[in-house]
Amino acid sequence: MIKLVKVSKSFKGQKVLDNLDLIVEPEKINIIIGRSGSGKSVLLKHIIGLIRPDSGQIFVDGIDITKINEKTFNEMRKKFGMLFQEAALFDSMTVGENVAFPIKEHRHLSQKKVDEIVNEKLIQVGLTNVAHKMPSELSGGMKKRVGLARAIALDPEIILFDEPTTGLDPIMCSAINNLIVQTQEHTKATCIVISHDIESTFKIAHKVAMLYHGKIIEEGIPGEVKVSGNPVVRQFIEGRQIEQSPKQK
Amino acid sequence: MIRIFESAGRPFVAFVEEFGRILLLLISATAWLFRPPFRFRVVLKQMEFVGVKSITVVLITGAFTGMVLALQTYHGFRMFGGEGLVGSTLTLAITRELGPVFTALMVTGRAGSAMAAEIGTMKVTEQIDALYTMSVSPVQFLIMPRIVAGILMLPVLTVISDFIGIVGGYFVGVKLLNINSGIFMARIVEIVDLDDIFNGLIKSACFGLILALVGCYKGFYTTGGAEGVGKATTQSVVYASVAILISDYFLTSVMFR
Ligand SMILES: Nc1ncnc2c1ncn2[C@@H]1O[C@H](COP(=O)(O)OP(=O)(O)OP(=O)(O)O)[C@@H](O)[C@H]1O
Ligand SMILES: [Mg+2]
Repeated sequence: MIKLVKVSKSFKGQKVLDNLDLIVEPEKINIIIGRSGSGKSVLLKHIIGLIRPDSGQIFVDGIDITKINEKTFNEMRKKFGMLFQEAALFDSMTVGENVAFPIKEHRHLSQKKVDEIVNEKLIQVGLTNVAHKMPSELSGGMKKRVGLARAIALDPEIILFDEPTTGLDPIMCSAINNLIVQTQEHTKATCIVISHDIESTFKIAHKVAMLYHGKIIEEGIPGEVKVSGNPVVRQFIEGRQIEQSPKQK
Repeated sequence: MIRIFESAGRPFVAFVEEFGRILLLLISATAWLFRPPFRFRVVLKQMEFVGVKSITVVLITGAFTGMVLALQTYHGFRMFGGEGLVGSTLTLAITRELGPVFTALMVTGRAGSAMAAEIGTMKVTEQIDALYTMSVSPVQFLIMPRIVAGILMLPVLTVISDFIGIVGGYFVGVKLLNINSGIFMARIVEIVDLDDIFNGLIKSACFGLILALVGCYKGFYTTGGAEGVGKATTQSVVYASVAILISDYFLTSVMFR
């Protein structure tokens, strides 16, 4: 269970999260939408403790992670897998070593078994014959998929995806969306996905939340959000320009 | 009035702050050294990077240091007929000072800067964040091995540098300047103590700690993209070099009394 209560965060006076409340549906696919620069990545990094909030509480399985120390957090994070927006592959390691890294760190398996898992995960993200390559030799979309393979390598309980399909071709997009759905169904993981792809968001999400000016302004099952009365949400999902709302500071 | 104190004090406060953070990093790296998993392979890889790959540059600087010392001291000592002391003088200078210091400065330029650049790049491309998300401590995985490698490899490189420096000095003194080879060697054995060499090596281990710690620290606190990485790299070389020379004075004043 993941719950954010009145979380605020500012960077040098710029308020990014403003008393934000959010309840994440456990063992479901939760998708967060919002405009570029609205703070989605910052929100995701709060959930895994890479950024600490200025105020507010964040509960993961009943524990307030804003109060625990780095060592306890280290244990806590073993439940998590995360795909970064820019993939964040280790550029001193090959693709295969990247995917193998979390497995070797936390499971005591034979090299053969590790290789098997790595291969399987790479095939799942549609990559073959790349295990020996260095990240610098890959395209942006390929890096992203390697990052995805690394994030799901340990079948974590909670998986955070920062824009898993941005920068992929339409065929790959739907393949990755299918992969997220399958992984979630298979492992019963809690998935939090940031997405700009409205159409597939409504197709695969169990819950959709929209972030706007530091708050969640709309949340619910896709059917509800789709017919939201909030003009900002309407404009966003219809792809029109959002006019500056009058209450904006 | 308060303004003046404020603006004069600010660099001092910044320095103390930075020094504190460096110390904290060292403490946490030391703590991680004794906590499993023990990362032998990563340490070995860093030892190769700091040690083996620095040998060429250490050989060249070491040899020429010895050679130029022989030249300089020869001209001085000849004025009062003390050519026989060339060997022992240059050996003392090399083992006590020039071997450890020059080796450390060369390795700072080569390996210390690379540490700052590599860790800095990992920081700005979120690879360090990725380590955190995988429950791997970047201090244990990245910083501790580099510090260990610095402390262990600098004395080894210094021994190599000392040796080749004396060989270079012998070559210039005996072969080119025709100092009697027997006297050259006898004076070395007579005047130079094992302690001179040993103290030099302790110094070099301290320098190894400094250059690795500063390089890692600068990399670990990098902000601001590629430009930030560039800045961190240059600063790591400047800071480490200055720190090496300053600490050299104090170490020397404690050791050779
Ligand atoms: N480390 C940081 N320091 C200062 N400001 C930051 C930092 N991280 C994020 N910000 C600011 O927070 C705001 C939100 O950034 P964030 O990366 O979360 O946006 P996003 O919603 O993920 O956008 P996108 O869809 O383009 O990825 C931005 O205005 C950014 O400038
Ligand atoms: Mg983002």
